[in-house]
Amino acid sequence: MSLRAELVVRDRDVEVTLTVGHGETVALLGPNGSGKSTTVSALAGLLCPDTGEVELDDRTLVRATGRAADVWVPPHDRGVAVLAQEPLLFPHLNVLDNVAFGPRSAGMPRGRARERARHWLDEVGAVELAARRPGELSGGQAQRVALARALATEPRLLLLDEPLSAIDVALAPALRQLLRRVLRGRAAIVVTHDVLDAALLADRVVVLEQGRVVEQGPTNQVLARPTSDFAARIAGLNLVRGRAEGETVVSDTGLVVAGLSDEPLSDGLGAIAVFSPSAVGIYREAPQGSPRNAIRGVVTEIEPHGHQVRVRTEHLAADITPAALAELDLVPGSPVVFSVKASEVAVYAA
Amino acid sequence: MALAALALPTASCGSEAGSRQGGGASSGSPGSGALTGEITVYAAASLKQTFTQIGAQVEAAHPGTKVRFSFAGSSDLAAQIQQGAPADVFASADPATMAKVTKPGLTAAPPVDFASNTLEIAVPPGNPAQVTSLADLAKPGVKAVVCAPQVPCGNASVKVEEAAGLTLKPVSEEQSVTDVLGKVIAGEADAGLVYLTDVKAVGDKVEGIEFPESSAAVNVYPVAVLRSSRNPALASAFLDAVTGAQGQAVLAAAGFGKAP
Amino acid sequence: MTAAATTQRSARRLGVPAWVFLPASVGALFVALPLVAMLTRIEWRHFGTLITSDSSLAALELSLRTAAASTVLCVLFGVPMALVLARTSFWGQGVARALVLLPLVLPPVVCGIALLYTFGRKGLLGNTMEVLGLQVAFSTAAVVMAQTFVALPFLVVSLDGALRTAGTRYEAVAATLGARPTRVFLRVTLPLVLPGLASGAVLSFARALGEFGATITFAGSLQGVTRTLPLEIYLQRETDPQAAVALSLLLVFVATLVIGLITRSRVAP
Repeated sequence: MSLRAELVVRDRDVEVTLTVGHGETVALLGPNGSGKSTTVSALAGLLCPDTGEVELDDRTLVRATGRAADVWVPPHDRGVAVLAQEPLLFPHLNVLDNVAFGPRSAGMPRGRARERARHWLDEVGAVELAARRPGELSGGQAQRVALARALATEPRLLLLDEPLSAIDVALAPALRQLLRRVLRGRAAIVVTHDVLDAALLADRVVVLEQGRVVEQGPTNQVLARPTSDFAARIAGLNLVRGRAEGETVVSDTGLVVAGLSDEPLSDGLGAIAVFSPSAVGIYREAPQGSPRNAIRGVVTEIEPHGHQVRVRTEHLAADITPAALAELDLVPGSPVVFSVKASEVAVYAA
Repeated sequence: MALAALALPTASCGSEAGSRQGGGASSGSPGSGALTGEITVYAAASLKQTFTQIGAQVEAAHPGTKVRFSFAGSSDLAAQIQQGAPADVFASADPATMAKVTKPGLTAAPPVDFASNTLEIAVPPGNPAQVTSLADLAKPGVKAVVCAPQVPCGNASVKVEEAAGLTLKPVSEEQSVTDVLGKVIAGEADAGLVYLTDVKAVGDKVEGIEFPESSAAVNVYPVAVLRSSRNPALASAFLDAVTGAQGQAVLAAAGFGKAP
Repeated sequence: MTAAATTQRSARRLGVPAWVFLPASVGALFVALPLVAMLTRIEWRHFGTLITSDSSLAALELSLRTAAASTVLCVLFGVPMALVLARTSFWGQGVARALVLLPLVLPPVVCGIALLYTFGRKGLLGNTMEVLGLQVAFSTAAVVMAQTFVALPFLVVSLDGALRTAGTRYEAVAATLGARPTRVFLRVTLPLVLPGLASGAVLSFARALGEFGATITFAGSLQGVTRTLPLEIYLQRETDPQAAVALSLLLVFVATLVIGLITRSRVAP
């Protein structure tokens, strides 16, 4: 393991246990206020946890057992670099000196530090910006430089806190590709809302909700078969949680969803049913025929979604064509029945 | 009110300003008659205690009157009067400053000399530098403080220096006597040249050493009623009080000498 | 006026309602008119000789020397003070912040007396000073001490405000990049608040230059040693008001020159 962390920060109500393997990139997902930034701050050394232990490459960075911290390595000594939403390039230094800041702080002489800076600027494709000042850069350019700056310190762990959320949607893909290339083989944690970031950058995903880890696992597994509401949401899946009855999930609210499962499930055990919104048909009244699942609901939102229209009820979403929408004459408040074939529903243990 | 007027002696005295010598022609009591209202007296800082006393005596003799004071450096006061400050009486620490007020014709009548002051050496209690004479102030290692030549007490210091044939090298030339005294009392200065009256006024905070050369610089204090006075009667009464026997007694008790 | 020109004009005056110019002008006049009044009183044919007399030049040179030294001391002590106030938290911080303002609130003469009570021969540290062979009374050092005492709050308050506004985001980044606290301070914090520091230093310098009450009470007044320009002006008032006004204008001119030069060089990005 590269990183082993257990953190409790009481006044933010965060209790998180996290590991990152050698060369592994972990995506930290969660809704706003779920404790992601707190976790990152604590790992970077900008926040002191009430209790906990953080070990990076077999070196203890933090050991706090209650009243005072027994071990506390200050941020400048941790080998943990942070890339935040805002580039935060030092305004009084040009790009090259910004990137050289880390190596200079480590005692490298100016000439060598600048060489190292040029190397990393080249890696991120920004070497032609070397003489510019931060104020002259666009958002995307600045974020590239900030990445080079973080990498120039040759960190043991790289923390990226929503690195692409302030970037123009059109420019994000290029930057994402850059991150993908740069993160390969590097221990890193990427905090994000965006499923693309998780899908393209992360080997593993950890989901936080309300300060606690609610789900973790390999990326494709979590995104295909989420067990937490948030993971389902960003994976774009409908999720119904309840108890298994054969290959049916019965929720506490009485919702019954039948589906297919890969492994046998014991009755009464916690189970989850997921299905894609595009597999859902909307009816005004329960249909006859093979779709076994008919879930009643009331429309809460109607929003465009790519070429289609996404219709939401309180817990579920369905994607239909604009023409279908017009035919059904739906508005928020309309009672609807969501219908989905059991063969489109995956059921698995919670 | 009417009863009080009857009770007071009707013999007038001091209703005219001017041609009076320092002995005072009036009998003991400072004026009579139904004087009312207020006056503001601008007086040199060194006259603070004595004049406040005399002012109280005037108020006592003429119930219902009020004598206000503004005590400051004489030249500050002269400058203010020149700019039209509302004063009724002006008493300065030397004739030169009074001249600044008489020359532009701001006084109602020629000024009257009412007291004199000579310099004395002030040392901190215990006399740490063992000063006994004026010549000791010129000894190396003695921290002497005097007034700057531009102020009256400094002018006097220069004169006594010349009379004694000495060149003092003071560590500081202060703006006013108060500042000189302050440094001596604080123990910062080993000796300072101040007025006799200043030494008396601070009691045992300093020790005073008289020296013969002090007679070379006798400071004469003149007083005058101002032309701009709104209450010339009361102003004149005050002036008479200063020059009268009671006032002179107060001044003498404080260490002032008689006017030459 | 073309539409484009009008738009350009209003964009430059955004947030400045027209009525603001009235109190602003009144305030400006209030400050400028006394200066004009002084200028009208000068007999210009004597001006040259008045300001180049021995005592005037000695006073000017002493003022510039001591004010410069005081400003340096204000920076050396004030920057750490501001840093501790703005960037740390400790019990009694509010009181500490108020205490820093003390020299601003006390009349200068009282400041001088307080310094005397501390560093004078009979003062709190009097014995210690004597043992160390340090005699500050009546020395130029005392002038610098008096000026520093009254000018320090200006620098601390300016910088404290600037530091609190600047926030600590850049410092956090610098730390994660491996910079030790000293390096963060010198390479990140200070460069980022240089404008606030400069304006604080200018204020301190101006205050030190004009200092009178504390100097005369604590240091005394002797040409070339402790008689700074303000003390010289006050003394000249006794005998030669013309000289006093001339020297005052000299002081204003010198202060404007020095402050102008410093602020000019700070108008970099």
